[in-house]
Amino acid sequence: MIECIDVSKRFGDTAVLAGVTARIEAGEIFAVIGPSGAGKSTLLRLIDLLDAPTGGAIRVNGTDIHREPKRGLLIRRMMGMVFQKPAVFNTTVYENIAVGLRFRGVGEAAIQKKVEDVLGMVGLAGYGERRARTLSGGEMQRVALARAMVIDPDVLLMDEPTANLDPVSVALIEDLVLRINRDLGTTIVFSTHDMYQGQRLAHRIGVLMKGVFAQVGTPREVFTLPASRDVARFVGVENIIEGVVVAGENGASVVDAGGIPVRARSPFEVGEAVSLCIRSEDIRIAPADGGAAAPGRNTLSGTVAAVVPRGPFSRVTVDCGFMLSSVLSWKAADSLGIGEGSRVVVSFAPESVHVVRQG
Amino acid sequence: MYEIIEGFIEAARLIVTFDPDVMAIAARSIIVSFTATIIATLIAVPFGAVINFGTFPGRKSLINLIQTLYSLPTVIVGLLIFLLISRVGPFGFLRLLFTPTAMIIAQTVLILPIMTGLTISALSGVDPVIRDTLYSLGATRLQFLVNIMKEARFAILTAVAVGFGRAISEVGAAILVGGNIMASSFASSTRTLTTAISLETSMGNIPTSIALGIILLAIALGVNLAITRMQHR
Repeated sequence: MIECIDVSKRFGDTAVLAGVTARIEAGEIFAVIGPSGAGKSTLLRLIDLLDAPTGGAIRVNGTDIHREPKRGLLIRRMMGMVFQKPAVFNTTVYENIAVGLRFRGVGEAAIQKKVEDVLGMVGLAGYGERRARTLSGGEMQRVALARAMVIDPDVLLMDEPTANLDPVSVALIEDLVLRINRDLGTTIVFSTHDMYQGQRLAHRIGVLMKGVFAQVGTPREVFTLPASRDVARFVGVENIIEGVVVAGENGASVVDAGGIPVRARSPFEVGEAVSLCIRSEDIRIAPADGGAAAPGRNTLSGTVAAVVPRGPFSRVTVDCGFMLSSVLSWKAADSLGIGEGSRVVVSFAPESVHVVRQG
Repeated sequence: MYEIIEGFIEAARLIVTFDPDVMAIAARSIIVSFTATIIATLIAVPFGAVINFGTFPGRKSLINLIQTLYSLPTVIVGLLIFLLISRVGPFGFLRLLFTPTAMIIAQTVLILPIMTGLTISALSGVDPVIRDTLYSLGATRLQFLVNIMKEARFAILTAVAVGFGRAISEVGAAILVGGNIMASSFASSTRTLTTAISLETSMGNIPTSIALGIILLAIALGVNLAITRMQHR
């Protein structure tokens, strides 16, 4: 179990981490997501004792790892780390993977067995005698993963392990991460700027922004109930509208968004400035003469401002006083017969509006 | 012109017949410079590692000084060692002047800066991710250093080859502290390829000079080929 308690790290005048607090449970996959430069790598390096924090503490199973210089080596040997850039030693694949075992004084027979097992696990059986430098990036990264796993670490740290890889290699590595966690019970902490990777792999996600965790929660919590406007934007909420609570009781509020009343579920008091986060998937678009609006829903009429293709979907942006985007399948967009300038009615349920305090 | 061609023919004869004097001089050159290179390697590699991985005040200035000493003139080194080991010098009692040992000392001092500097470059050229990987795999300080050197082995070998090349081709230090002596025994003679070329040419023995020059060039060429091969691995 890893606890980060108000961890900070400065490089010169730059504060990279500014009070990171989180608790990573034994046996879980924890994703650190966040934009580039948010401090993800720095946090992982601090956990792996490759750097020392400027303030705060990191506890692994209760031990403050940066205040135990004599046990530093033992603590580091409980962990394995895979780095963003696939880097292998200039020798054979076998020798690459054996390095950590040799450091621990493991006998040659045991090394041979362990290396062969782990090569099989990462799908590189028979690659032992190849020169590691001749492998592809994805294969090198699997060697790096095997090298970290052969020492049977309690904690596996991975710093953007798939950032530079092709999609097939990414899928292989992701599959391995899930299998390692499931079969060996290894605690895995990985960083990524790909929020969907965080969603695919992690039990819990920490959203690191400007050197602090803006939110820690399950993928579902982070994606549907982002804690702030910045998190909402990072996890792909396309519609974020500013407003002020003008009425509210029992968790049902009315928010004035630039003169347009929007009903939402929120615990906020009247007068508070808030941001409304609405996922484009939750917004329905109907023709302007589409009949009676469903009761209880927010229903706004507007003009289509843009239709932009996005994969097999179209992203339709409607100006209804403020801009709202929705995604429709091509077929749906065609059958609605909408294009730029079409008059439409936009609707969404109050439950689909996630309200966060501004700022 | 005719004399030069004749010189080459005679030089070829000296080489293919393994002329004992020429072979002795060539062998002595290789032994002296090889020994100096080994000693310099044993000093320069650990020293370079300490400078590269150490953090101490004046580290940058020390690296600058080392790089400046790359072009240390050989006669200056010769003069320095001469002063130290001459009869009146502080180490005069060792009676090293005009011995092969003196030449080895001088050549070691001569090539230490460039070998240390190239070792520092070799070690600092190792990918930082490799360094982090070694630490994250649980290396002790010693295991870390050994493995970083393994990673930098080709670049370090290049440093060794460059050192040997500079040692075997220098003449200033060898002649000052060695004295270019051809004694009755192999071990007490101090005539090397470079000092012999210098002497034979001044005496008009052009064929011998050319023969010695070809051998010296062949050794230098061999060293360079070795460097090139290492750098392409």
